[in-house]
This record gives sequence, C-alpha cells and structure tokens, in this order.
Amino acid sequence: MAGKTLFEKIWDKHVVTKVDGGPSVLYIDRHFVHEVTSPQAFAGLRDRGIQVRRPEKTVATADHNIPTLNQDQPIQDELSRFQVNKLALNCEEFGVPLYGLNHKWNGIVHVIGPELGITKPEMTIVCGDSHTSTHGAFGSIAFGIGTSEVEMTLATQTLLQNKPKTMRINIDGELGKGVVSKDIVLYIISLIGTGGATGYFVEFAGSAIRNLSMEARMTICNMSIEMGARGGMIAPDETTFEYVKGREFAPKGAEWDKAVEEWRQLPSDTDAEFDKELTYKASDIEPMITYGTNPGMGIGISKSIPTLEEIEKSTQATFKKSMQYMDFQPGDAMIGKKVDYVFIGSCTNGRIEDLRAFAAFVKGKKKADNVTAWIVPGSHQVEAQAEEEGIRQILEESGFEMRQPGCSACLAMNDDKIPEGNYAVSTSNRNFEGRQGPGARTMLASPLTAAATAITGKITDPRDFL
Amino acid sequence: MPIDKFVKLESTCVPVPIENVDTDQIIPARFLKATTRDGFGDNLFADWRYDKSGNPKEDFVLNDPTYSGKILVASQNFGSGSSREHAAWAIAGYGFKAVVSSFFADIFKNNSLNNGLLPVQVSKEFLEELFQAIEKDPATKVEIDLENQKITLQPNGSSESFEINPYKKKCMLNGFDDIDYLLNISNEIATWEKANS
Ligand code: SF4
Repeated sequence: MAGKTLFEKIWDKHVVTKVDGGPSVLYIDRHFVHEVTSPQAFAGLRDRGIQVRRPEKTVATADHNIPTLNQDQPIQDELSRFQVNKLALNCEEFGVPLYGLNHKWNGIVHVIGPELGITKPEMTIVCGDSHTSTHGAFGSIAFGIGTSEVEMTLATQTLLQNKPKTMRINIDGELGKGVVSKDIVLYIISLIGTGGATGYFVEFAGSAIRNLSMEARMTICNMSIEMGARGGMIAPDETTFEYVKGREFAPKGAEWDKAVEEWRQLPSDTDAEFDKELTYKASDIEPMITYGTNPGMGIGISKSIPTLEEIEKSTQATFKKSMQYMDFQPGDAMIGKKVDYVFIGSCTNGRIEDLRAFAAFVKGKKKADNVTAWIVPGSHQVEAQAEEEGIRQILEESGFEMRQPGCSACLAMNDDKIPEGNYAVSTSNRNFEGRQGPGARTMLASPLTAAATAITGKITDPRDFL
Repeated sequence: MPIDKFVKLESTCVPVPIENVDTDQIIPARFLKATTRDGFGDNLFADWRYDKSGNPKEDFVLNDPTYSGKILVASQNFGSGSSREHAAWAIAGYGFKAVVSSFFADIFKNNSLNNGLLPVQVSKEFLEELFQAIEKDPATKVEIDLENQKITLQPNGSSESFEINPYKKKCMLNGFDDIDYLLNISNEIATWEKANS
C-alpha cells in the first residue's frame, strides 16, 4: 500500500464516522468566527434551541466591517455598527471568546490565529471565510465554509465533508531577487486559472517553498482558494516549530516536546501518491501583476497584456469584458501605467514581514504625489510591533500613513473604498469587479512591487531599485 | 433550517452567459451587512443590474422581461471567490431553484445544496445547446428531474444526466438538512471526543 500524504494523515485522524455512500463526519479542532458570516448561524442555534457545543474551541474577532481610523469611537456606519454589536451579543449569549474591536488581540482572523499560537500543525480549522486556507501553512487542514456550515460547526463541532482529491505543487530552485512568495502564488494561478485546483486540496512543496519564512508560506496558502482549491497546506518543519514556539496558546514544556515529536511524523510519505502533481522552476518566476478582473489574469511585470488572439476562444468574451472594465488595451505593457492608490494590507500581505519589506524599500525615498497609500496592519499586534521597530516612523518620513488594523480595502465593506475608475495596486487577494469599491480597478501584486509603484506613481518593477 | 424539497422542476430559464462569475458579482460585499437571511434576492447581481443611482440597467438579463423562470443558466466556473453563503441566498431569494453550469466552484456548490438550491453540472456541449435554445426561444422549457438525475431540454428532448452526491440527493429530495443529521449522532461525536482528547 502506498504511503499517506500530509493531508490524508490529518484527515484520517479527524473522521468521526462516515455516512453510508456519503460524506465523512469531520471533527473540527478550531472554529474562527467573524461578524459577517455568523449572525444567521447564531440565529439558527436560537431557533433550534441549542447551544454552542464546544465554545472553548471557538474564537471570534471583528475584522471585515471595522473602520481603520478612530477605532476608539463608535462605528459611524449604522449597519456595520449593528453587525459588530450583534457579534458581541451573540458571543456573550453563547459563551464564545471574542477579541473584538480595541481588544489587544483583535485583528484579521487569519492574522491573529497564527500570531496567537492558536493555529498549529495537525489541526482541522474552519471559518466562514474562504481565506481560512491561510492556516494550512502550518501543516493543518484549514478551509472556508458557508454560514450553514458555521451553524453546523457551532452546533456539533463537526462538518459533513466529502474527501477532496489531493494535488502537490512543487516549486524547485531559488527565487530571483525581488521575487517573493506573493509572486509564486500569482504565477501558479496565472498558469492554472481560477478553477485549476477546484476539487483538490493542494500541498505546496519543493525547495523554494522550504526556504520561505512562515509568513511567506501563509501568503501562498492564503491564495490557494484563488486557484479554486478547497485549501492549501505546507508540511511543518523547523521553520514552523520555531514560529509557533512560545506563542500565547502554544503548548509549553513537556507538552511542547510531545507535540513536536508528533508533528514530525506529518510530512507526506515518500511513496505517497497524489491525484495530480505539478512542478515549476522558481527561476522562471518574476515579480507578478494582474491586469484583469480575476486573480488568474496575471503576468510577469515586464510582459504585456495578452492580445485577443492569444486568448482561448471560449474565454474571449470574458477577457474583453475585463479589458473594458479596467480600460486597458490587449497587448498593452503594464510597466508605466498610472496608479492612483496603493493598498498594503489584508490577510494575504498585512503581516509584520510585509510591513518590514515595504518600509525597507521606501526608506529614504518619497511617496509619489499622485498616489494615495493606505498601509493597514493585519492586527493590533502587528501594529504594535511596527511601532516598536520604528516602521511607523520610516513610513511617515517617506510620506506614508499607517492606519488601524482590519480587512479595510481588501473588500471595502468599511469606508476604505477605491473611488470608481481609479487604479489601485493592492497586496490583497482579489481583483474582482467592484471588490475594492464600486468601479474600482485593482491590480494585485507583492508588497515590493507595491512599494516601487508607490514611489514612482506608476507600475514599476521593484528590481529596478534592487 | 429545513430546506425546500426538490423533486422535479420544469421551468423557463434565465441565461447569464458570462464565465468565472465570482460571488462578489453575485452579491457585492457592501450588501453583506444584514444579520438575517432575507432580502438578498433584491441585490442579486447588483452591480450589473442597477446603475449608480439604483435604476435598473436595461441591458442586463434580469431586467429584460423576455427572460424569466426558476432556472439560472450560467457559464463555466460559476461561484468562485468568497465563501459567502449570501450568494446562494441571493439566488434562491430571487426565486431560482436550480443553477446550471458546466463547472461550479466548490464552496458555492456546498452552500447551494445547504439552501435547497440545486447546482446542476452539465457538459460544455449541453450548456452551449441550452444557451442557443434559450436565445432562439426564451419560452424554452427545461426539466430537471432529481430522482433520475436528468436534465432535459423539452422542445427536442435532448437530455443529459448529472452527478450528485447520494447523501445530498437524499437531503434535497426530502428537505433534510445536515445539522439535523449531525445532531442525531451527538452521542457518537461525544464518544469520539473522549477517545481523542
Ligand atoms: S483581509 Fe480580505 S480576504 Fe482576508 S479575511 Fe479580510 S476580507 Fe477576507
């Protein structure tokens, strides 16, 4: 019999039972809850007259709706305020721990889980948010769910799930200068498309992945949903253990040693079989940027937008619609295009390493006058650390402002909306029509490309400065 | 929440022949502030359906009286992106009972099934045939027979079978939901918890 994959090892350990001819009942170790996708689930519990089965395995935060300025004051937007208050009321009624607005541990759900040591290897983790895949970077099965499934998890601590197929994507060799993990993932999605991994759980492997820091690994797993995958994961190793050790909720002492011992058994066996395997060379990847309205419409920054002839027939209508929305011409070069906004933040690139990389890049330079830049840390802890490391000061000296933590312009549910028709280079994860505000035109890129662009005021290859 | 039973449906269709329709298009984020499941149908495809001042855009299919019905016929890779179940609520809330496409995003498929909205995945060729038939005659009726897992284009009887997980099929046919099932095996879950803590 062939060996087991990382995914299978964790999955098998969490199957409570199997429905005849149907899905498995999967036990959930940790359930993250936020204000947008939970109110209807709590209402469902109330209707059924039941409690949260394991409140201690559940943790809530407010992130999607919250303003990134004046967080000490009541939220101005009435509906947002109502939804955030509703979360607090629900958490109180059902005994769920809440790191709400102004709590020192508040932040974007996928940033705070890892930084508090809640996210660890070998877990099953869910949240009513597709970017839950982020937590897979620790060697866990983590995936996004809908509100009915949020209710299911609250009520039973289990989920009915069909076992997905497994895929391994290898990135071998060394990355070129100015190329970072965001570029790796945008590169993969540009090749396989937004449905390229639908039905699969993806393990990222290869020497280029091994050499990444934990935060860089999170960026890759975060965007696995953008290739359609159910989730993404990376086998835990010394880098993982090093990151988790000593954090608030990490095991301590003898328990820690025991846990690490067990986690070392997790990596896929050498004879494990995947349903699909893809391999790419790290040296083929350059800084990436998207030109269209889904994350698969990306190219190396030095390249030009494809011409209509280069696009598959069946996709041409969608491509044209995209070009119209972006007001770009097929065949246009991306370098040199004018930019109005730069957004640094989100659960993809709003961690301390991202702010560090951005600050190191802009240090001693000045922000271009035509650019409005929003730098939004992913959590209060990231904000505090940026303060401590002098990052805020570097940013301010270069003409940038750091705002308060939250999802912000990643989905523009608060006031941080890119105005209609304006162009934004964003370190977030989605460039869908209207994602960053009605009519907003988004180009996804790494924090380095965003930094180079913020300095020159137009799309710029970060390698020009390195 | 018990879901509506789905056995057989015969209806005209509303075509949306756009690929990669993501959940941000189905229901933009700014409409996600509600705390109940109701009313999302009014904002289904909001940015394509209304102009800035909230007036219906004539060229969008939902505003075109030529097309109506309980079946949404969509293009390849429908429902990608965000996990928001609000997308399924919006489609069901508008009055659709089934969505036909040649490819669905995973989470969207689950969310639909959990709300009594049937995702029917067909071949690219059959989808093309559907689009053409509807374009030629908007009164074209399509029958979806869940028991026999068959979708039929009524005028010419052209049909195709579709896949559905047997457990989910049973739920849809009977209007059961997953939570009822899981609550019923509560003791089994407790036993597992004890053994694995
Ligand atoms: S930062 Fe963006 S993608 Fe991440 S959880 Fe918030 S809204 Fe979702």
